[in-house]
Amino acid sequence: MQTRNKVVGSFAEAVADIADGSSILIGGFGPGTPHNLIKALYEKAPKDLTLILNTAGAGSGGNGAGRVSINDLLEARMVRKVVMAFTASTHPSRTSVLEELEEAGEVEAELVPQGTLAERIRAGGAGIPAFYTPTAVGTELAQGKEHREFNGRTYLMEEAITADYAFLRAWHADEFGNLCYKGSERNFNPLMATAAHTTIAETEDILPIGSIEPEHVHTSGIFVARLVKIPADGILHVSMPFAQATPEKPGGGD
Amino acid sequence: MADKLRLTRDMMAARIVAEFQEGWIANLGVGMPTMCSDFLPADKFIVLHSENGLIGYGRAVPVEEAGPYVVNAGVIPVLLQDYAAILHHSDAFGVIRSGRLDVGVLGAYEVAVNGDFANWKTAVGKPGGGIGGAMDIAACAQRIFIMMEHTLRDGRPRLLKQCKLPVTAPGVVKLVMTDLGLFEPTGDGYRILEIAPGFSVDEVAALTDAPVEASPNLRDVQLS
Repeated sequence: MQTRNKVVGSFAEAVADIADGSSILIGGFGPGTPHNLIKALYEKAPKDLTLILNTAGAGSGGNGAGRVSINDLLEARMVRKVVMAFTASTHPSRTSVLEELEEAGEVEAELVPQGTLAERIRAGGAGIPAFYTPTAVGTELAQGKEHREFNGRTYLMEEAITADYAFLRAWHADEFGNLCYKGSERNFNPLMATAAHTTIAETEDILPIGSIEPEHVHTSGIFVARLVKIPADGILHVSMPFAQATPEKPGGGD
Repeated sequence: MADKLRLTRDMMAARIVAEFQEGWIANLGVGMPTMCSDFLPADKFIVLHSENGLIGYGRAVPVEEAGPYVVNAGVIPVLLQDYAAILHHSDAFGVIRSGRLDVGVLGAYEVAVNGDFANWKTAVGKPGGGIGGAMDIAACAQRIFIMMEHTLRDGRPRLLKQCKLPVTAPGVVKLVMTDLGLFEPTGDGYRILEIAPGFSVDEVAALTDAPVEASPNLRDVQLS
């Protein structure tokens, strides 16, 4: 149901109805991570969640006070399943929390190539149940999947993803929920906005309706159910984990 | 005979980007290949693409200079070119799947003589992995260049006859840049095109788990 004003007073209020067993899409790739919503979810502590996002390292940048990462949700045993492009540390010598929980059989982890993950979410929001992609043909990930040839090339069928909730972070919103993203904080956010039953966005500013030119809207407010302005004591940006790393340091993206 | 020189990562990056042709769209993988953005040839117009939607980014800079909003696929702050645009993730991968990448430069744990490579799982039988965008790029870019150390820390080869780890994509590797030289997989072994100064082909072959043949035009790695 649409209303002219989607603004909610607090992050706690925005996540108050998230029940045990919910599925949640979480945007972000460094910038664009909804840190305040992740933190509010951690504090509400529902169980048996399914989380769909790029990596469990999301939100882990730096050591700022009160910051919560997906790993914290995993450690608090709030998560039953994850769907991600990185489910293991990219460093052979390190073991992640998720790897330990997966080996112990406590969390199910579905590993998906990043482009397939993005397109499955886009398809979910676009009313398309499945599609074919050339990615992962001839790999372990193709096992058990439908293969089909088009114009002499082999493709895999991949199914759409939808979820109960999506957590987004954008730059500016108007009160209706029209969103603008700045820089690379766009990433998964506009896709996830369309693929959830209830989409919740956190933004730096909430402007009066009419403040954003219609042709400059990146995500239409019809996709946004709840909107929270990041308060002065909220998490605006986190230090980026690899920002200070010398180029000699391998890895990244997790 | 000059002293033996295993190439530094800077040298490897500078040498592999010299293969880029005028007008190419290139994607630089996370880790070592990310450094290539600092060594792009000044005399060629190259458009850098990243999985998180940047089209036309430049070198890595401190976050104070780039600001908190613009990072590459390695979550490293970068500058944007004056012709840049920013897409969402699905469109960024649409660029990849539609074959518009002229080259993807990726890191790897292993490469095989038939052009297979492995870079998403660090051990057989271990649960999960770290794929990121590598499988999409590997399956769909016009050509894949690999940039990696020639051997593991304990000296074991990473240029193999056959991958032991699960592959990222079969048969796609065109060139391999290591700290011992520039190689192409031939199906039976590796042809070494350029060699690290001071090394002999026999020495390189001893560190490679497949036959290594010298190119008729073999020369020292060209670092301009």
